[in-house]
Amino acid sequence: MERYSLPRLLAHARRHHEDWQRAWRSPTPKDAYDTVIVGGGGHGLATAYYLAKEHGVTDVAVIERGYLGGGNTGRNTTIVRSNYLRDAATRLYDFALDLWRDLSRELNFNVMFSARGVLNLGHTLQDMRDIERRVGANRLNGVDGEVLTTAEVERLVPLMNCSPKARYPVLGASWQPRGGVARHDAVAWGYARAADALGVDLLQQTEVLGMRVDGGAVTGVETSRGFIAARRVACVVAGNSGVLAAMAGLRLPIESRPLQALVSEPLKPCLDPVVMSGAVHCYISQSAKGDLVIGAGTDGYNGYGQRGSFPVLEDAVGAVCELFPAFSRVRMNRHWGGIVDLCPDACPIIGPTPVRGLYFNCGWGTGGFKSTPGSGYVFADTVANERPHPLAAPFGLDRFASGALVDEHGAAAVAH
Amino acid sequence: MLRIHCPYCQEARSEEEFSYAGEAHIRRPEDPEALSDREWGEYLHFRTNARGPHREMWVHVAGCRRYFNVLRDTVSYEILDVYPIGLPPDDTSGDRP
Ligand SMILES: Cc1cc2nc3c(=O)[nH]c(=O)nc-3n(C[C@H](O)[C@H](O)[C@H](O)COP(=O)(O)OP(=O)(O)OC[C@H]3O[C@@H](n4cnc5c(N)ncnc54)[C@H](O)[C@@H]3O)c2cc1C
Ligand SMILES: [Zn+2]
Repeated sequence: MERYSLPRLLAHARRHHEDWQRAWRSPTPKDAYDTVIVGGGGHGLATAYYLAKEHGVTDVAVIERGYLGGGNTGRNTTIVRSNYLRDAATRLYDFALDLWRDLSRELNFNVMFSARGVLNLGHTLQDMRDIERRVGANRLNGVDGEVLTTAEVERLVPLMNCSPKARYPVLGASWQPRGGVARHDAVAWGYARAADALGVDLLQQTEVLGMRVDGGAVTGVETSRGFIAARRVACVVAGNSGVLAAMAGLRLPIESRPLQALVSEPLKPCLDPVVMSGAVHCYISQSAKGDLVIGAGTDGYNGYGQRGSFPVLEDAVGAVCELFPAFSRVRMNRHWGGIVDLCPDACPIIGPTPVRGLYFNCGWGTGGFKSTPGSGYVFADTVANERPHPLAAPFGLDRFASGALVDEHGAAAVAH
Repeated sequence: MLRIHCPYCQEARSEEEFSYAGEAHIRRPEDPEALSDREWGEYLHFRTNARGPHREMWVHVAGCRRYFNVLRDTVSYEILDVYPIGLPPDDTSGDRP
Protein backbone atom coordinates (compact mmCIF):
# COMPACT_ATOMS: atom_id res chain seq x y z
CA MET A 1 0.00 0.00 0.00
CA GLU A 2 1.30 3.40 -0.90
CA ARG A 3 1.41 5.55 2.25
CA TYR A 4 -0.28 8.91 1.99
CA SER A 5 2.04 11.78 2.97
CA LEU A 6 2.99 15.28 1.94
CA PRO A 7 6.01 14.16 -0.11
CA ARG A 8 3.84 11.60 -1.94
CA LEU A 9 1.22 14.26 -2.59
CA LEU A 10 3.85 16.57 -4.09
CA ALA A 11 5.35 13.76 -6.15
CA HIS A 12 1.91 12.88 -7.56
CA ALA A 13 1.11 16.53 -8.18
CA ARG A 14 4.10 16.67 -10.52
CA ARG A 15 2.47 13.86 -12.50
CA HIS A 16 -0.95 15.56 -12.46
CA HIS A 17 -2.32 13.00 -9.99
CA GLU A 18 -2.74 10.51 -12.79
CA ASP A 19 -1.04 7.53 -11.25
CA TRP A 20 -2.44 7.12 -7.73
CA GLN A 21 -2.67 3.48 -6.81
CA ARG A 22 -6.18 2.12 -6.18
CA ALA A 23 -7.06 2.26 -2.49
CA TRP A 24 -7.88 -1.47 -2.39
CA ARG A 25 -7.95 -4.53 -4.65
CA SER A 26 -11.04 -6.15 -6.16
CA PRO A 27 -10.09 -9.80 -5.66
CA THR A 28 -11.98 -12.82 -6.96
CA PRO A 29 -13.43 -14.74 -4.02
CA LYS A 30 -11.49 -17.75 -2.79
CA ASP A 31 -13.39 -21.00 -2.10
CA ALA A 32 -12.68 -20.79 1.61
CA TYR A 33 -11.55 -18.36 4.30
CA ASP A 34 -10.78 -18.75 7.95
CA THR A 35 -13.24 -15.99 8.81
CA VAL A 36 -15.96 -14.38 6.73
CA ILE A 37 -17.39 -11.03 7.77
CA VAL A 38 -20.81 -10.29 6.32
CA GLY A 39 -21.42 -6.55 5.85
CA GLY A 40 -18.99 -3.98 4.51
CA GLY A 41 -20.09 -1.07 6.66
CA GLY A 42 -17.80 0.71 9.10
CA HIS A 43 -18.24 -1.93 11.79
CA GLY A 44 -17.54 -4.89 9.48
CA LEU A 45 -14.50 -3.22 7.92
CA ALA A 46 -13.15 -2.17 11.32
CA THR A 47 -13.62 -5.76 12.54
CA ALA A 48 -11.60 -7.01 9.55
CA TYR A 49 -8.86 -4.47 10.15
CA TYR A 50 -8.43 -5.28 13.85
CA LEU A 51 -8.64 -9.04 13.18
CA ALA A 52 -5.70 -8.69 10.83
CA LYS A 53 -3.75 -6.12 12.79
CA GLU A 54 -4.28 -7.12 16.41
CA HIS A 55 -4.76 -10.87 16.01
CA GLY A 56 -2.83 -11.78 12.86
CA VAL A 57 -5.98 -13.30 11.32
CA THR A 58 -5.58 -12.27 7.68
CA ASP A 59 -7.40 -15.10 5.90
CA VAL A 60 -10.52 -12.97 6.02
CA ALA A 61 -13.15 -11.86 3.50
CA VAL A 62 -15.59 -9.00 3.97
CA ILE A 63 -18.71 -9.75 1.93
CA GLU A 64 -20.78 -6.72 0.97
CA ARG A 65 -23.86 -6.92 -1.23
CA GLY A 66 -23.64 -3.31 -2.40
CA TYR A 67 -20.69 -0.98 -2.07
CA LEU A 68 -18.50 -0.38 0.99
CA GLY A 69 -20.13 2.02 3.43
CA GLY A 70 -23.37 2.16 1.44
CA GLY A 71 -25.51 1.12 4.41
CA ASN A 72 -26.06 3.11 7.57
CA THR A 73 -22.39 4.04 7.69
CA GLY A 74 -22.81 6.29 4.66
CA ARG A 75 -26.26 7.48 5.72
CA ASN A 76 -25.70 8.64 9.27
CA THR A 77 -25.36 12.09 10.79
CA THR A 78 -21.90 11.20 12.19
CA ILE A 79 -22.33 12.34 15.79
CA VAL A 80 -19.60 10.94 18.03
CA ARG A 81 -19.93 11.12 21.83
CA SER A 82 -19.69 8.84 24.84
CA ASN A 83 -21.91 10.49 27.46
CA TYR A 84 -24.17 7.50 28.02
CA LEU A 85 -25.73 6.70 31.39
CA ARG A 86 -24.84 3.13 32.37
CA ASP A 87 -21.32 2.07 33.29
CA ALA A 88 -21.10 -0.75 30.74
CA ALA A 89 -22.30 1.39 27.85
CA THR A 90 -20.22 4.40 28.84
CA ARG A 91 -17.06 2.27 28.96
CA LEU A 92 -17.73 0.82 25.53
CA TYR A 93 -18.50 4.17 23.87
CA ASP A 94 -15.66 5.96 25.63
CA PHE A 95 -13.20 3.29 24.55
CA ALA A 96 -14.33 4.04 20.98
CA LEU A 97 -14.02 7.79 21.52
CA ASP A 98 -10.39 7.35 22.56
CA LEU A 99 -9.71 5.42 19.35
CA TRP A 100 -11.31 8.20 17.26
CA ARG A 101 -8.78 10.73 18.44
CA ASP A 102 -5.87 8.99 16.75
CA LEU A 103 -7.74 7.18 13.99
CA SER A 104 -6.54 9.24 11.02
CA ARG A 105 -2.92 8.51 11.93
CA GLU A 106 -3.64 4.87 12.70
CA LEU A 107 -5.25 4.31 9.29
CA ASN A 108 -3.09 6.79 7.36
CA PHE A 109 -6.38 8.18 6.08
CA ASN A 110 -8.01 11.44 7.09
CA VAL A 111 -11.31 10.53 8.75
CA MET A 112 -11.81 14.22 9.58
CA PHE A 113 -12.70 13.60 13.20
CA SER A 114 -13.54 17.00 14.59
CA ALA A 115 -13.96 17.24 18.38
CA ARG A 116 -16.17 20.30 18.31
CA GLY A 117 -18.24 19.29 21.32
CA VAL A 118 -21.77 17.95 21.69
CA LEU A 119 -24.68 19.72 23.40
CA ASN A 120 -27.74 17.81 24.61
CA LEU A 121 -30.40 20.39 25.36
CA GLY A 122 -32.81 20.34 28.26
CA HIS A 123 -36.24 21.94 27.80
CA THR A 124 -38.05 20.88 30.97
CA LEU A 125 -37.16 20.59 34.62
CA GLN A 126 -37.16 16.82 34.28
CA ASP A 127 -34.78 17.10 31.31
CA MET A 128 -32.40 19.13 33.47
CA ARG A 129 -32.58 16.61 36.32
CA ASP A 130 -31.82 13.80 33.88
CA ILE A 131 -28.93 15.80 32.45
CA GLU A 132 -27.44 16.38 35.88
CA ARG A 133 -27.75 12.71 36.68
CA ARG A 134 -26.15 11.68 33.39
CA VAL A 135 -23.28 14.17 33.63
CA GLY A 136 -22.69 13.02 37.20
CA ALA A 137 -22.57 9.39 36.07
CA ASN A 138 -20.22 10.36 33.23
CA ARG A 139 -17.79 12.05 35.58
CA LEU A 140 -17.77 9.07 37.92
CA ASN A 141 -16.72 7.05 34.88
CA GLY A 142 -13.97 9.52 34.01
CA VAL A 143 -15.88 10.87 31.00
CA ASP A 144 -15.80 14.61 30.38
CA GLY A 145 -19.08 16.43 30.89
CA GLU A 146 -20.53 19.67 32.17
CA VAL A 147 -23.98 21.05 32.83
CA LEU A 148 -24.37 24.38 31.05
CA THR A 149 -26.81 27.21 31.75
CA THR A 150 -28.94 28.82 29.07
CA ALA A 151 -26.52 31.76 28.85
CA GLU A 152 -23.57 29.42 28.33
CA VAL A 153 -25.47 27.55 25.62
CA GLU A 154 -26.31 30.81 23.91
CA ARG A 155 -22.64 31.81 23.91
CA LEU A 156 -21.71 28.55 22.16
CA VAL A 157 -24.57 28.71 19.65
CA PRO A 158 -25.56 32.33 19.03
CA LEU A 159 -28.03 31.41 16.29
CA MET A 160 -30.16 29.30 18.60
CA ASN A 161 -33.38 30.71 19.95
CA CYS A 162 -32.67 30.77 23.69
CA SER A 163 -35.50 33.15 24.54
CA PRO A 164 -37.57 32.23 27.60
CA LYS A 165 -40.59 32.88 25.37
CA ALA A 166 -39.75 30.00 23.03
CA ARG A 167 -42.40 27.31 22.91
CA TYR A 168 -40.00 24.84 24.55
CA PRO A 169 -37.44 27.15 26.14
CA VAL A 170 -33.84 25.97 26.42
CA LEU A 171 -33.17 25.60 30.16
CA GLY A 172 -29.62 24.35 29.81
CA ALA A 173 -27.65 21.48 28.33
CA SER A 174 -25.09 18.79 28.89
CA TRP A 175 -21.79 19.50 27.17
CA GLN A 176 -19.23 16.92 26.13
CA PRO A 177 -16.23 18.75 24.65
CA ARG A 178 -14.51 15.57 23.41
CA GLY A 179 -17.50 14.66 21.24
CA GLY A 180 -17.89 15.80 17.66
CA VAL A 181 -18.33 14.54 14.13
CA ALA A 182 -16.29 12.61 11.55
CA ARG A 183 -16.48 12.01 7.83
CA HIS A 184 -18.56 8.82 7.49
CA ASP A 185 -17.33 7.66 4.07
CA ALA A 186 -13.73 8.26 5.04
CA VAL A 187 -14.15 5.95 8.03
CA ALA A 188 -15.34 3.12 5.78
CA TRP A 189 -12.66 3.82 3.17
CA GLY A 190 -9.88 4.21 5.72
CA TYR A 191 -10.63 0.88 7.37
CA ALA A 192 -11.14 -0.77 3.97
CA ARG A 193 -7.81 0.41 2.63
CA ALA A 194 -5.94 -0.51 5.80
CA ALA A 195 -7.59 -3.96 5.99
CA ASP A 196 -6.86 -4.64 2.31
CA ALA A 197 -3.22 -3.73 2.88
CA LEU A 198 -3.04 -6.41 5.58
CA GLY A 199 -4.39 -9.04 3.16
CA VAL A 200 -8.15 -8.96 3.78
CA ASP A 201 -10.26 -9.63 0.66
CA LEU A 202 -13.04 -7.05 0.20
CA LEU A 203 -15.78 -8.62 -1.92
CA GLN A 204 -18.26 -6.00 -3.05
CA GLN A 205 -21.39 -6.67 -5.11
CA THR A 206 -21.60 -10.05 -3.38
CA GLU A 207 -24.75 -10.87 -1.47
CA VAL A 208 -25.02 -13.50 1.21
CA LEU A 209 -28.14 -15.53 0.36
CA GLY A 210 -27.91 -18.38 2.83
CA MET A 211 -25.89 -19.96 5.56
CA ARG A 212 -24.67 -23.54 5.83
CA VAL A 213 -24.93 -25.00 9.30
CA ASP A 214 -23.76 -28.55 9.93
CA GLY A 215 -24.17 -30.28 13.28
CA GLY A 216 -24.79 -27.02 15.08
CA ALA A 217 -21.73 -25.31 13.58
CA VAL A 218 -21.52 -22.86 10.71
CA THR A 219 -19.50 -24.06 7.71
CA GLY A 220 -19.86 -21.18 5.28
CA VAL A 221 -22.16 -18.88 3.36
CA GLU A 222 -24.04 -19.17 0.09
CA THR A 223 -23.47 -16.02 -1.92
CA SER A 224 -24.52 -14.58 -5.25
CA ARG A 225 -21.02 -15.63 -6.42
CA GLY A 226 -21.19 -19.18 -5.10
CA PHE A 227 -20.52 -20.96 -1.83
CA ILE A 228 -17.72 -19.64 0.36
CA ALA A 229 -16.59 -21.92 3.17
CA ALA A 230 -15.55 -20.46 6.51
CA ARG A 231 -14.74 -21.68 9.99
CA ARG A 232 -16.18 -18.51 11.50
CA VAL A 233 -18.87 -16.18 10.18
CA ALA A 234 -19.28 -12.75 11.73
CA CYS A 235 -22.42 -10.83 10.76
CA VAL A 236 -22.34 -7.03 10.95
CA VAL A 237 -25.34 -6.13 8.81
CA ALA A 238 -27.26 -3.60 10.94
CA GLY A 239 -30.89 -3.46 9.73
CA ASN A 240 -30.59 -6.80 7.95
CA SER A 241 -29.52 -8.73 11.05
CA GLY A 242 -32.91 -10.43 11.33
CA VAL A 243 -32.63 -11.64 7.75
CA LEU A 244 -29.14 -13.08 8.29
CA ALA A 245 -30.18 -14.67 11.59
CA ALA A 246 -33.13 -16.36 9.90
CA MET A 247 -30.72 -17.92 7.38
CA ALA A 248 -29.13 -19.75 10.32
CA GLY A 249 -32.52 -20.61 11.83
CA LEU A 250 -32.23 -18.01 14.60
CA ARG A 251 -34.31 -15.10 15.80
CA LEU A 252 -32.96 -11.94 17.42
CA PRO A 253 -34.44 -9.36 19.81
CA ILE A 254 -34.16 -6.79 17.02
CA GLU A 255 -36.61 -4.85 14.91
CA SER A 256 -35.70 -2.93 11.78
CA ARG A 257 -37.02 0.53 11.04
CA PRO A 258 -36.09 3.43 8.80
CA LEU A 259 -34.28 6.42 10.30
CA GLN A 260 -34.10 9.57 8.21
CA ALA A 261 -31.69 12.43 7.71
CA LEU A 262 -31.31 15.39 5.39
CA VAL A 263 -28.66 17.91 4.39
CA SER A 264 -28.99 21.51 3.27
CA GLU A 265 -27.17 23.55 0.70
CA PRO A 266 -23.70 24.58 1.96
CA LEU A 267 -23.63 27.69 4.17
CA LYS A 268 -20.85 29.83 5.62
CA PRO A 269 -19.76 28.54 9.06
CA CYS A 270 -22.63 29.30 11.46
CA LEU A 271 -23.00 26.33 13.80
CA ASP A 272 -19.94 25.12 15.64
CA PRO A 273 -20.91 22.38 18.12
CA VAL A 274 -23.28 19.50 17.56
CA VAL A 275 -26.74 20.28 18.94
CA MET A 276 -29.12 17.52 20.02
CA SER A 277 -32.50 17.82 21.63
CA GLY A 278 -34.45 14.85 22.88
CA ALA A 279 -37.50 16.87 23.87
CA VAL A 280 -38.22 18.63 20.58
CA HIS A 281 -36.43 15.77 18.83
CA CYS A 282 -33.81 16.86 16.38
CA TYR A 283 -30.05 16.79 16.05
CA ILE A 284 -28.07 19.08 13.87
CA SER A 285 -24.49 19.94 13.01
CA GLN A 286 -22.66 21.74 10.24
CA SER A 287 -20.33 19.64 8.14
CA ALA A 288 -16.85 20.72 7.07
CA LYS A 289 -18.37 21.36 3.64
CA GLY A 290 -20.84 23.81 5.17
CA ASP A 291 -24.09 21.91 4.82
CA LEU A 292 -26.39 21.51 7.77
CA VAL A 293 -26.74 17.83 8.63
CA ILE A 294 -30.11 17.17 10.26
CA GLY A 295 -31.37 13.95 11.76
CA ALA A 296 -34.99 12.91 12.26
CA GLY A 297 -36.55 10.07 14.25
CA THR A 298 -37.24 6.44 13.50
CA ASP A 299 -40.53 5.40 11.97
CA GLY A 300 -43.15 4.18 14.39
CA TYR A 301 -43.34 0.78 12.67
CA ASN A 302 -41.05 -1.86 11.15
CA GLY A 303 -39.84 -1.34 7.62
CA TYR A 304 -37.03 -2.18 5.24
CA GLY A 305 -37.73 0.52 2.65
CA GLN A 306 -34.78 2.90 2.73
CA ARG A 307 -37.06 5.90 2.95
CA GLY A 308 -39.00 7.04 5.94
CA SER A 309 -42.45 8.15 6.87
CA PHE A 310 -43.21 11.78 6.05
CA PRO A 311 -44.71 12.90 9.40
CA VAL A 312 -41.44 11.93 11.12
CA LEU A 313 -39.45 14.13 8.80
CA GLU A 314 -41.90 16.97 9.24
CA ASP A 315 -41.47 16.78 13.04
CA ALA A 316 -37.70 17.04 12.78
CA VAL A 317 -37.77 19.99 10.42
CA GLY A 318 -40.35 21.71 12.63
CA ALA A 319 -38.08 21.27 15.65
CA VAL A 320 -35.06 22.67 13.79
CA CYS A 321 -37.00 25.75 12.69
CA GLU A 322 -38.20 26.28 16.25
CA LEU A 323 -34.65 26.12 17.63
CA PHE A 324 -33.03 28.01 14.76
CA PRO A 325 -35.54 30.39 13.23
CA ALA A 326 -32.85 31.57 10.78
CA PHE A 327 -32.68 28.10 9.23
CA SER A 328 -36.29 28.20 8.09
CA ARG A 329 -35.10 29.79 4.84
CA VAL A 330 -32.35 27.28 4.13
CA ARG A 331 -32.92 24.96 1.19
CA MET A 332 -32.49 21.24 1.66
CA ASN A 333 -30.39 19.36 -0.88
CA ARG A 334 -30.93 15.70 -0.15
CA HIS A 335 -32.94 13.45 2.12
CA TRP A 336 -32.66 9.70 2.71
CA GLY A 337 -33.27 6.86 5.12
CA GLY A 338 -31.27 3.99 6.53
CA ILE A 339 -32.57 0.82 8.18
CA VAL A 340 -31.62 0.74 11.83
CA ASP A 341 -31.55 -2.34 14.03
CA LEU A 342 -33.39 -1.46 17.23
CA CYS A 343 -32.74 -3.48 20.36
CA PRO A 344 -35.13 -3.48 23.37
CA ASP A 345 -32.57 -1.80 25.68
CA ALA A 346 -31.09 0.56 23.04
CA CYS A 347 -27.75 -1.23 23.38
CA PRO A 348 -25.86 -3.43 20.93
CA ILE A 349 -25.61 -7.21 20.80
CA ILE A 350 -21.99 -8.35 20.41
CA GLY A 351 -20.95 -11.95 20.66
CA PRO A 352 -21.54 -15.60 19.90
CA THR A 353 -24.88 -17.21 19.00
CA PRO A 354 -26.30 -20.68 19.66
CA VAL A 355 -24.72 -21.73 16.31
CA ARG A 356 -21.03 -22.53 16.80
CA GLY A 357 -18.69 -20.25 14.84
CA LEU A 358 -21.48 -17.76 14.12
CA TYR A 359 -21.14 -14.32 15.68
CA PHE A 360 -23.32 -11.24 15.54
CA ASN A 361 -22.53 -7.58 16.10
CA CYS A 362 -25.77 -5.67 15.74
CA GLY A 363 -28.46 -3.73 17.57
CA TRP A 364 -26.52 -0.46 17.38
CA GLY A 365 -29.73 1.04 16.11
CA THR A 366 -29.73 4.79 15.73
CA GLY A 367 -26.33 5.37 17.33
CA GLY A 368 -23.59 3.03 16.21
CA PHE A 369 -21.42 5.26 14.05
CA LYS A 370 -19.74 6.75 17.11
CA SER A 371 -18.65 3.32 18.22
CA THR A 372 -17.27 2.11 14.86
CA PRO A 373 -13.62 1.83 16.00
CA GLY A 374 -14.48 0.40 19.41
CA SER A 375 -17.06 -2.01 18.04
CA GLY A 376 -14.62 -3.34 15.44
CA TYR A 377 -11.91 -3.67 18.07
CA VAL A 378 -13.91 -5.61 20.65
CA PHE A 379 -15.70 -7.71 18.04
CA ALA A 380 -12.42 -8.74 16.38
CA ASP A 381 -11.10 -9.73 19.80
CA THR A 382 -14.32 -11.65 20.52
CA VAL A 383 -14.18 -13.57 17.24
CA ALA A 384 -10.43 -14.23 17.33
CA ASN A 385 -10.47 -15.57 20.88
CA GLU A 386 -13.93 -17.14 20.65
CA ARG A 387 -15.04 -15.50 23.90
CA PRO A 388 -16.45 -12.01 24.56
CA HIS A 389 -13.99 -9.12 24.98
CA PRO A 390 -14.41 -7.79 28.55
CA LEU A 391 -16.00 -4.55 27.27
CA ALA A 392 -18.42 -6.59 25.12
CA ALA A 393 -19.29 -9.14 27.81
CA PRO A 394 -22.33 -7.23 29.18
CA PHE A 395 -23.73 -7.06 25.63
CA GLY A 396 -24.20 -10.75 24.85
CA LEU A 397 -27.43 -12.35 23.65
CA ASP A 398 -27.64 -14.12 27.02
CA ARG A 399 -28.79 -10.88 28.68
CA PHE A 400 -32.25 -11.42 27.23
CA ALA A 401 -32.54 -14.59 29.29
CA SER A 402 -30.86 -13.31 32.45
CA GLY A 403 -32.73 -10.00 32.34
CA ALA A 404 -29.52 -7.97 32.75
CA LEU A 405 -30.52 -5.41 30.14
CA VAL A 406 -28.44 -2.22 29.87
CA ASP A 407 -31.19 0.36 29.54
CA GLU A 408 -29.87 3.28 27.53
CA HIS A 409 -33.17 4.67 26.27
CA GLY A 410 -32.52 7.88 28.19
CA ALA A 411 -29.10 8.67 26.79
CA ALA A 412 -29.83 7.21 23.38
CA ALA A 413 -33.38 8.47 23.04
CA VAL A 414 -32.69 11.10 20.41
CA ALA A 415 -31.94 9.10 17.35
CA HIS A 416 -28.37 10.01 16.42
CA MET B 1 -47.09 7.67 4.39
CA LEU B 2 -49.45 4.79 4.97
CA ARG B 3 -53.18 4.94 4.54
CA ILE B 4 -54.68 2.34 6.83
CA HIS B 5 -58.18 0.97 6.57
CA CYS B 6 -59.66 0.65 10.05
CA PRO B 7 -61.83 -2.49 10.07
CA TYR B 8 -64.13 -0.94 12.68
CA CYS B 9 -64.49 2.61 11.35
CA GLN B 10 -64.56 1.20 7.81
CA GLU B 11 -62.49 4.04 6.52
CA ALA B 12 -58.96 4.49 5.16
CA ARG B 13 -57.18 7.12 7.25
CA SER B 14 -53.65 8.54 7.42
CA GLU B 15 -51.05 6.70 9.51
CA GLU B 16 -50.88 9.64 11.90
CA GLU B 17 -54.24 8.56 13.38
CA PHE B 18 -52.81 5.16 14.28
CA SER B 19 -50.21 3.72 16.58
CA TYR B 20 -48.17 0.62 15.87
CA ALA B 21 -48.46 -2.06 18.52
CA GLY B 22 -45.88 -4.65 17.45
CA GLU B 23 -45.88 -8.11 15.97
CA ALA B 24 -49.29 -9.80 15.99
CA HIS B 25 -50.31 -13.28 17.17
CA ILE B 26 -47.78 -13.52 20.00
CA ARG B 27 -49.62 -15.36 22.76
CA ARG B 28 -48.80 -14.70 26.35
CA PRO B 29 -47.70 -18.10 27.74
CA GLU B 30 -50.49 -19.77 29.69
CA ASP B 31 -48.23 -20.59 32.60
CA PRO B 32 -45.26 -18.20 32.80
CA GLU B 33 -43.91 -19.95 35.90
CA ALA B 34 -43.39 -23.11 33.88
CA LEU B 35 -41.04 -21.40 31.42
CA SER B 36 -37.27 -21.26 31.61
CA ASP B 37 -35.63 -17.81 31.69
CA ARG B 38 -34.61 -18.32 28.09
CA GLU B 39 -38.17 -19.11 26.96
CA TRP B 40 -39.56 -16.14 28.88
CA GLY B 41 -36.90 -13.86 27.37
CA GLU B 42 -37.83 -15.12 23.92
CA TYR B 43 -41.48 -14.38 24.52
CA LEU B 44 -40.66 -10.87 25.75
CA HIS B 45 -38.00 -9.76 23.30
CA PHE B 46 -37.40 -11.99 20.27
CA ARG B 47 -39.28 -11.04 17.12
CA THR B 48 -39.65 -12.29 13.56
CA ASN B 49 -38.73 -8.87 12.13
CA ALA B 50 -39.83 -10.13 8.71
CA ARG B 51 -38.47 -8.59 5.55
CA GLY B 52 -41.62 -8.98 3.44
CA PRO B 53 -45.16 -9.80 4.60
CA HIS B 54 -45.44 -9.10 8.33
CA ARG B 55 -48.41 -9.59 10.67
CA GLU B 56 -48.64 -6.70 13.07
CA MET B 57 -51.07 -4.91 15.38
CA TRP B 58 -52.22 -1.34 15.07
CA VAL B 59 -54.50 0.75 17.24
CA HIS B 60 -56.70 3.54 15.94
CA VAL B 61 -55.71 6.00 18.69
CA ALA B 62 -57.26 9.10 17.12
CA GLY B 63 -60.40 7.24 16.07
CA CYS B 64 -62.25 4.32 17.59
CA ARG B 65 -59.24 3.46 19.83
CA ARG B 66 -59.53 -0.24 19.02
CA TYR B 67 -56.78 -2.71 18.11
CA PHE B 68 -56.72 -4.71 14.90
CA ASN B 69 -54.34 -6.85 12.83
CA VAL B 70 -52.64 -5.84 9.61
CA LEU B 71 -50.70 -7.93 7.11
CA ARG B 72 -48.23 -5.52 5.56
CA ASP B 73 -45.22 -5.95 3.30
CA THR B 74 -42.28 -4.29 5.10
CA VAL B 75 -40.42 -3.71 1.83
CA SER B 76 -43.13 -2.35 -0.47
CA TYR B 77 -45.24 -1.11 2.48
CA GLU B 78 -48.34 -2.47 0.74
CA ILE B 79 -51.12 -3.41 3.13
CA LEU B 80 -52.23 -6.89 2.12
CA ASP B 81 -54.93 -7.55 4.70
CA VAL B 82 -56.67 -5.96 7.67
CA TYR B 83 -58.67 -8.02 10.19
CA PRO B 84 -60.02 -7.67 13.73
CA ILE B 85 -58.09 -8.71 16.77
CA GLY B 86 -58.87 -12.26 17.83
CA LEU B 87 -59.07 -13.76 14.35
CA PRO B 88 -56.33 -16.31 13.67
CA PRO B 89 -53.89 -15.37 10.86
CA ASP B 90 -55.07 -18.20 8.60
CA ASP B 91 -58.78 -17.37 8.87
CA THR B 92 -60.19 -17.08 5.37
CA SER B 93 -63.88 -17.16 6.20
CA GLY B 94 -64.26 -13.71 4.67
CA ASP B 95 -66.56 -12.88 7.54
CA ARG B 96 -64.69 -9.75 8.50
CA PRO B 97 -66.23 -6.48 9.46
C1 LIG C 1 -30.17 8.59 9.30
C2 LIG C 1 -29.22 7.97 10.29
C3 LIG C 1 -28.53 8.78 11.18
C4 LIG C 1 -27.65 8.24 12.10
N1 LIG C 1 -26.93 9.07 12.89
C5 LIG C 1 -26.00 8.59 13.73
C6 LIG C 1 -25.16 9.48 14.48
O1 LIG C 1 -25.27 10.71 14.38
N2 LIG C 1 -24.24 8.95 15.33
C7 LIG C 1 -24.09 7.60 15.47
O2 LIG C 1 -23.28 7.18 16.27
N3 LIG C 1 -24.85 6.72 14.73
C8 LIG C 1 -25.78 7.19 13.86
N4 LIG C 1 -26.55 6.32 13.11
C9 LIG C 1 -26.39 4.87 13.29
C10 LIG C 1 -25.17 4.35 12.52
O3 LIG C 1 -25.25 4.78 11.19
C11 LIG C 1 -25.13 2.83 12.54
O4 LIG C 1 -25.31 2.32 13.85
C12 LIG C 1 -23.77 2.32 12.05
O5 LIG C 1 -23.32 3.05 10.94
C13 LIG C 1 -23.89 0.87 11.69
O6 LIG C 1 -22.73 0.47 11.00
P1 LIG C 1 -22.64 -0.99 10.44
O7 LIG C 1 -21.32 -1.11 9.79
O8 LIG C 1 -22.97 -1.94 11.54
O9 LIG C 1 -23.86 -1.10 9.41
P2 LIG C 1 -24.01 -0.64 7.89
O10 LIG C 1 -23.16 0.53 7.58
O11 LIG C 1 -25.46 -0.53 7.61
O12 LIG C 1 -23.37 -1.86 7.12
C14 LIG C 1 -24.05 -3.10 6.96
C15 LIG C 1 -23.75 -3.59 5.57
O13 LIG C 1 -24.23 -4.91 5.44
C16 LIG C 1 -24.60 -5.08 4.10
N5 LIG C 1 -25.48 -6.25 3.97
C17 LIG C 1 -26.74 -6.41 4.45
N6 LIG C 1 -27.25 -7.61 4.12
C18 LIG C 1 -26.27 -8.25 3.42
C19 LIG C 1 -26.18 -9.53 2.79
N7 LIG C 1 -27.20 -10.40 2.83
N8 LIG C 1 -25.02 -9.86 2.16
C20 LIG C 1 -23.98 -8.99 2.11
N9 LIG C 1 -24.01 -7.77 2.69
C21 LIG C 1 -25.15 -7.39 3.33
C22 LIG C 1 -25.28 -3.78 3.74
O14 LIG C 1 -25.31 -3.57 2.35
C23 LIG C 1 -24.43 -2.77 4.49
O15 LIG C 1 -23.45 -2.15 3.69
C24 LIG C 1 -27.46 6.83 12.17
C25 LIG C 1 -28.15 6.00 11.28
C26 LIG C 1 -29.01 6.56 10.32
C27 LIG C 1 -29.72 5.66 9.37
ZN1 LIG D 1 -61.19 2.95 13.89
